[in-house]
Amino acid sequence: MTPPPPALLTLEHLYWVVGAMFAAFSLLSLFDRTSKKALGNAAFWGLMAASLIGGSCFSNFANGLIVLGLVGLAGFGFTGRSQPKTTSEVERKAFADLRGNWLFMPALLIPLVVLIGTLAFHFTAFGEQNLFAPRRETYFFLLAGVVVALVVAQLWLKPPVTAPLQEGRRLIDAIGWAAVLPQLLVAMGVVFDKAGVSGLIREGTLAMLPPGNLFLAVLVFGLGMAMFTIITGNAFAAFPVMASAIAVPLLIDTYGGNPAAIGAIGMLAGFCGTLMTPLAANFNIVPVRLLELSDPNAVVKAQFATAVPMFAVNIALIYFLAFR
Amino acid sequence: MSHYLPLVGVILLILGFALKLNPMLVATVAALTSGLLGGMDLKQVISEFGKAFTDNRIIAIVWIILPVIGLLERYGLQARARGLIAGIRNATVGKLLILYLLYRQLTAAIGLHNTAGHAQTVNPIVAPMALVAAEKEHGALDDHTAQRVKAMTAATDNVGLFFGEDIFFAIGSIVVIQQALAARNIELSPVELSLWAIPTAAAAFLIHSTRLILFDRKLRRAAK
Repeated sequence: MTPPPPALLTLEHLYWVVGAMFAAFSLLSLFDRTSKKALGNAAFWGLMAASLIGGSCFSNFANGLIVLGLVGLAGFGFTGRSQPKTTSEVERKAFADLRGNWLFMPALLIPLVVLIGTLAFHFTAFGEQNLFAPRRETYFFLLAGVVVALVVAQLWLKPPVTAPLQEGRRLIDAIGWAAVLPQLLVAMGVVFDKAGVSGLIREGTLAMLPPGNLFLAVLVFGLGMAMFTIITGNAFAAFPVMASAIAVPLLIDTYGGNPAAIGAIGMLAGFCGTLMTPLAANFNIVPVRLLELSDPNAVVKAQFATAVPMFAVNIALIYFLAFR
Repeated sequence: MSHYLPLVGVILLILGFALKLNPMLVATVAALTSGLLGGMDLKQVISEFGKAFTDNRIIAIVWIILPVIGLLERYGLQARARGLIAGIRNATVGKLLILYLLYRQLTAAIGLHNTAGHAQTVNPIVAPMALVAAEKEHGALDDHTAQRVKAMTAATDNVGLFFGEDIFFAIGSIVVIQQALAARNIELSPVELSLWAIPTAAAAFLIHSTRLILFDRKLRRAAK
């Protein structure tokens, strides 16, 4: 049997496109004379571009050094917000009044293109052409949706040519290193695996759990997600650890659960933890400051009575939906 | 005992996050430490970390939508979103916040999670509207009650975002799930994952809406 021919478009092509965007952010930062962090930002997004475009050619060690470079720039405060030239609040209000709800239209085109693409992919011969890397067709439709939205917005609003990239840079600099953190956390989870951490958590859990009790296994997975998130303030950090420690070996391999349901709802069980922790500062502390609340935990307290039943619902959903 | 040493990495991760050190540094130190204690040498662990980071580059694709969103913001997308929310009139606090919850869940589900938020909508629009609505029901609000109304507004924003955003397939958490499972040879498509976020989203709407209706009743009772 010969292996199937590689798809026409692979993930590598997507890396190039996203990498080109980060390269543009880096270049525009380089010419930014207004921001004090411009050089740091240029270096940071430049390394991201290098990783995306060249990652497959570099040695693992060179890729590791790129990661350490990103972490060093982010961890020691070399990156920060930028202020590319944009419109004022007053101008924006006037534009918004002029164009009304049509402003949502280009953004809505993105999920629309993905929806149409996905339906066509699954229900017509389009899906049999071996065009895209298997199971990754969504990302190609996403890219197509972005291109369609950009062309429509460009023709309709007639902004300066560099505006999409400059506005994109404004947003990515506001997000900063947090844009790279999820990828770094997944990489950390992989290293934990290789170092034997996940195996240890799995052994510990198996030793505690009575064999054959599916409900307890689901509960421990959900509790692990929520507790880990409460302690760290970050459900993204919890998922790779709990997935390889409990979800994959126990829920999926042993009990034959549906991986998509376990993964998606497991992450949402982690989000219940986010609602309960002051460590998730962006969500639970920032509004306390903005709204001038005297109790620093006021938002967490207001969320508690939603988070607890939501946790129970997620456990029940995994138990009843993932093991049919 | 040395068998347990790699767990030090997890302890460092938890401690580092709890002490609010920079998460990028914390995650890296945790990964390198557990690798070293698990028997790798420094070059090996850096290589493993680099390989894992590179293997998961697809996670960065979610940022491809920023030029579109940024461009629309340039032409008043956020101003229009604020106008849309401010158009909700003659509602009690509970009804206002239920409508906002629905708005937040629906917009997050189609990838517009950045058009609302604590800085964008809660503080400038929804909280002041909620206070006005509460005064209509309750009369002048004492400080404690006003603070509870504001905290409930922020809570509603978070609930709507958390239990709406995963229905959008190109969001960090969905790609994280996909890649974390792909690392264990379980291949899923993002759309498949995001569909499983729908039951939880519906439950969140029902549970939080119920709380908001009860919140309304409590305000009215306190007024009598």
